[in-house]
Amino acid sequence: MSVRALHTRVFLALAILVLLVSPVFADFVKDGSFGKDKSLVVDFGVPVDEAWGKDKANYKVFEKTDPDIVLPVESVSLDPKRLTAELTFKDPLNRSAEYVVEVKDIMSEGKAVGSGKFLVKKARAAVLFGIILAAMLINNFVFTKYLGLCIFFGVSQRKDTAIGMGITFTIVMCLTAIMCWALFRFVLEPLRLDFLKIIVFIGTTAIFVQAADTILRKVNPFLFKRLGVYLVLIVTNCIILAVPLINADSSHGPFESLSLGVGAGVGFAIALFLMACVREKLELCRVPRTFAGLPIAFVVTGLFALAFLGFSGLSLF
Amino acid sequence: MHSNIKLFWNGVIPENPIFRLALSMCPAVAVTTNVKNGLMLGLAVVFVQVCSSCTVAIFRSLIHPRIRIPAYVLIIALWVSVIDMVLPVIDIEIYKDVELFVKLIVVFAIIISRLELFASKEPLLPSFFDGAGMGVGFLFGLCLIGAIRELSGSGTILGHELLGFRPLLIMILPTGGFFVIGFIMAAFNYIEYKLTGKIPTSGGAH
Repeated sequence: MSVRALHTRVFLALAILVLLVSPVFADFVKDGSFGKDKSLVVDFGVPVDEAWGKDKANYKVFEKTDPDIVLPVESVSLDPKRLTAELTFKDPLNRSAEYVVEVKDIMSEGKAVGSGKFLVKKARAAVLFGIILAAMLINNFVFTKYLGLCIFFGVSQRKDTAIGMGITFTIVMCLTAIMCWALFRFVLEPLRLDFLKIIVFIGTTAIFVQAADTILRKVNPFLFKRLGVYLVLIVTNCIILAVPLINADSSHGPFESLSLGVGAGVGFAIALFLMACVREKLELCRVPRTFAGLPIAFVVTGLFALAFLGFSGLSLF
Repeated sequence: MHSNIKLFWNGVIPENPIFRLALSMCPAVAVTTNVKNGLMLGLAVVFVQVCSSCTVAIFRSLIHPRIRIPAYVLIIALWVSVIDMVLPVIDIEIYKDVELFVKLIVVFAIIISRLELFASKEPLLPSFFDGAGMGVGFLFGLCLIGAIRELSGSGTILGHELLGFRPLLIMILPTGGFFVIGFIMAAFNYIEYKLTGKIPTSGGAH
């Protein structure tokens, strides 16, 4: 099988992964949305009476996590058709939090049509994309969290090994993240065994990598020949244990866990590839003898970390 | 007894896990923004290394060679779970800073490599000294990097004001850790070169 065929297979695998994830984009029906930085927009669906709609006392807004702290509404404006209302607040809202808007006795065409409750939150896809972006660039696991350095320095000597390791690692990382999430959510949490998570996660990873090694050897010897060497190395990579632990600690759902896995994997692959490019060039340079090898690699990594500092504060939504 | 002290010393300087063997680099950069964090994680590593070395040395005849790696990992994970529950009781503030890395001691290459190379073949007492030496060497490395970074980054040592100003803020950023380790490694190479006249080859970086 040629290299091109291998790439096609990897691409196909990724496409299937995307298809599996796509149901998450279906639940976009959201009741309210964020306006400019100090406002929320709620959509009633029916035209409301102007006098009722403009009365601030009819709205009660609070963060979903603290129902006791009611945010004071500064002003309300209705759109010309009186279908939506824009609530403006004194202080800017936290766009990653979820807000609840309670409205009482909605008056439409002179009749009361009952009370309502709106949930305002950032779109799911935006949250997931944010997690991927953060894990990949802003908090790159290698350059700002310093995880996986062992493998990072070990296999960044040549570009082709770096690419092989990057692809293998990304795939294993995604699968491990989702598997460890399921174990934590359905086994460890109900049984109150969360203090065992270190042992369980490292065991899962080791078993999975061993299984993948055995299966790949039988099913696809060519792929095994290219990626098998890296598979075994992956177990000693801290990122593979750190991602499930972070997922468990911040009680991520399945898609958040998967996103963190994807972000961590791709971020690691990017870091490896960049480093391999520089180290190939370093071979041709005249490095001081005491710095040759690892010391200069560390200094180069420091410069990369400095460059990645530029991503901090990056936000698309 | 003399050989045991030699084993211990071997781990501290001649085969220092961080600067000579270049093993377990991740925590060496991550938690060393100040000495306190380095000290905390270093002590945790000493504990886990000594306990796992002793455990493996005691049970070495019972562990089948084929399944030795999973067995070692589980033994390490056991002791890590223990220290992970003990540390928050000692000092919850510092524990919060190093929490993730205390859990990640499971995958520190230094520990499993000592089990594989030493404790699985030798009796209890030498294994104890070897483990203690490696652990203390690691602790020494963490404290050295932590001291340099804290002094140059925030002008303090262990929270005590020494300089009164912050000479190099970059040292407490991610970048600084990589630079400091690179330069200390180079310094070790230079000293070795002056003493023996040849440049040592650095370790495997795992």
